[in-house]
Amino acid sequence: MPPSTLAATPLGKSVKVRAIAGTRAFRRRLLEMGLVPGIQVRVVTIAPLGDPLRIEVRHGQWSIRKAEAAQIEIEATSLPVIP
Amino acid sequence: MSEDHCAPAVAPVLTSGAISIALAGNPNVGKTTLFNALTGMSAKVSNYPGITVERRTGVVALPIGPGELHDLPGTYSLNARSHEEQLAFDAITGLNGEKAPDVVVVCLDATQLARSVYLLLQIRELGARVVGALTMVDEAGASAPDARALGTLVGCEIVAVTARTKRGISDLLAAIDRAARTQRTSAWRWTPSATLRTHLDAIRAVMPAGWTTARRYGAPLPNAEDALLLWALTCIDNNPHDGDELQHVPPDVRAAVVAREFVLDEEAILARWAWLDREIPKLGTAKTDRSLTEKIDRVLLHRALGFGVFTGVMALLFMALFTGAAPLMDGIAFAFKSLGNAIHGVLGDGIFADFLVDGVIAGVGSVLVFLPQILMLFLFLGFLEDCGYLARVAYLMDRVMRTMNLHGRAFVPMLFGFACAVPAISATRTMERRRDRLLTMMVVPLMTCSARLPVYTLVIAALIPGSRLTQAGLMVGMYAFSVMTSLVAAWVMSKTVKPLKAKRLPFIIELPPYRFPRLPDVLRMMWGKSSMFLREAGTVILACSIALWALLYFPRDLPKGSPDYQTLIAAAPDRDTRDQLSAKEGAAHLEASFGGRLGHAIEPVIKPLGFDWKIGVGLIGAFAAREVFVSTLGIVYAVGGGGDNDDKQTELLRTKLHDAKQADGKRAYTPLVGFSLMVFFALAMQCMSTLAVVRRESGGLRWPIFLFTYMTILAYIGSLIVYQGGRLLGFS
Repeated sequence: MPPSTLAATPLGKSVKVRAIAGTRAFRRRLLEMGLVPGIQVRVVTIAPLGDPLRIEVRHGQWSIRKAEAAQIEIEATSLPVIP
Repeated sequence: MSEDHCAPAVAPVLTSGAISIALAGNPNVGKTTLFNALTGMSAKVSNYPGITVERRTGVVALPIGPGELHDLPGTYSLNARSHEEQLAFDAITGLNGEKAPDVVVVCLDATQLARSVYLLLQIRELGARVVGALTMVDEAGASAPDARALGTLVGCEIVAVTARTKRGISDLLAAIDRAARTQRTSAWRWTPSATLRTHLDAIRAVMPAGWTTARRYGAPLPNAEDALLLWALTCIDNNPHDGDELQHVPPDVRAAVVAREFVLDEEAILARWAWLDREIPKLGTAKTDRSLTEKIDRVLLHRALGFGVFTGVMALLFMALFTGAAPLMDGIAFAFKSLGNAIHGVLGDGIFADFLVDGVIAGVGSVLVFLPQILMLFLFLGFLEDCGYLARVAYLMDRVMRTMNLHGRAFVPMLFGFACAVPAISATRTMERRRDRLLTMMVVPLMTCSARLPVYTLVIAALIPGSRLTQAGLMVGMYAFSVMTSLVAAWVMSKTVKPLKAKRLPFIIELPPYRFPRLPDVLRMMWGKSSMFLREAGTVILACSIALWALLYFPRDLPKGSPDYQTLIAAAPDRDTRDQLSAKEGAAHLEASFGGRLGHAIEPVIKPLGFDWKIGVGLIGAFAAREVFVSTLGIVYAVGGGGDNDDKQTELLRTKLHDAKQADGKRAYTPLVGFSLMVFFALAMQCMSTLAVVRRESGGLRWPIFLFTYMTILAYIGSLIVYQGGRLLGFS
């Protein structure tokens, strides 16, 4: 099964970032804005024409294209794990 | 964690001259407001050499003496991909012709503390003397972090400021003053791994002398040098799809980094964030209350409502620029015409008076006529940008613009292109990447600007038969044609022209919380940018209009055998005859001028488009501004009988064009010639002001020359297809 990405995340759902794919410059850019593995991301809305997405990271909001969101791998399940 | 001090023998700064201060910070943290609060009315706007990134400097009064404050471009990090992003890095480290500032003030957003401090950590690593200015404390409310605790944590003074009310400004100035007297330190909040160290050492082996801290700071500071090497290791990137566009990187350093081929550079970023995520939450959990922003966004970004509001805002903007500026522009045009008449009244006729009136005064007028639009544009753009809506426009329109490989923010300049390309090209500044700006600049002049309308109106009324409805439909068609050509041109150029090629660059923009714009900030920005337009584009426009005047004015000798108009005019029985004779004299002079001869000379070239030499002269005159085509053609056709009544003259010109005959008695301008002419005007680059402003915005002659060449070729081919194709289809 391919890893789930932010692009396929339902609206409004909070997920945890696992890794970021893509070129060095792209990864660097996302990491530097604080989108590091382990951080919570929420897809807030999708633009009326179907792209880009509006995401929330660390109380800040960003516009990001779906193609770019597809490079952001998320944890398979965001449900709390019961020990 | 390590702290690294300069040798105590090194004396602190301030041995000579004013101390220099750089102001750094993330975008949308109130950096501009702080800059204005610190510098008062002394701010000056200019460009970094050869690049359109604004450079604002101002004077601050420190207890120790005057200081010079540089505002750096807003950034989330000092790591750079492009030359633009590199500017902030160069300015802080004192590389590439910059002098390292004595103190760096980092603007911190209390509601986005971790992200703000990230930039501060980087700057501290590089060995700058740092003072933090904590803004948005009022927005953060009771949960605002304590400036003193933050200062202890990051190891430099932090001052809470409210720039609007100037609270904390004098404390900040005192802190800058104190910092300027300290020795430089390079503080790292993380420890590089052994592997990273080996990589840094490998690059150190080829480090040029200009990069050493001894050269840049006047004293060795090993950790600060490591930070510089880490920057090189992180930013130099030979990836063919997403490589860097850094300038002045020594080839040896580049080769050394490329030979490393590794991605450990993320170690630094992750280590900084790990530290931030551990330490910053201890200071409190201040965050913006986004609930109001969220409510507004629910409307403004709504599927239907959002587009409704968007259309309304854009229509309002457009109307303001298109019609709102018109009375002011007419007023300026009228004032300059009156001034010209007055000068003629005083000096009489003659070369000097003509030069002064038709060359200089008309030239200055043609610069100032743009001022109302430019002022309005920057007023609205500044307002929309500061309140946070411009980022939303990019979010809403990105899908459409992306199809043509344009940036989401290119929408606004393209729309303004319908009014005038000159302010529209200035509006490309809202995009941060050079490639996006350039591509937008290359296609904006294809939009149907208001200067094309008088030409279309004349041609449609004079040459194209049909009801008013057909004629109106044709006008709408010309608008649609321009939208289509500009979008197709953008797509084609993004596929073929190397510097404009669409790399897979990320489109990630922040959607900041909505905030009330501060009028003084917006007004100051408006004036700074507009006066820069006057200074830099204005001089070129003025020079071009004088040159063009001379082209259509000299030589003054009429060919042998011409009637002696002055004697005839003196002997004329009534005013009408006099006017007609002087119009004929004007036409004869124009035909004999260099421009007139040039019109004759290019006739063989434009003949296949259906144009004769008279239109050729009109095209040459139209280079000053497209609407000048109408008045130049008026002189060629000796339309002057109507006195000063412009409407009557236009009417007369229409009749003359409609009735114009070739030598063989056939109609000179058929409807087909009319279509060919309109297509030519739609596609050709006939506007020296646009070229002047592109030269300014692109920082050189290369792009205006490219723009002129491609549009002229496009116009020629377009008209050729229309005229020759039309003839093949049996139209005459």
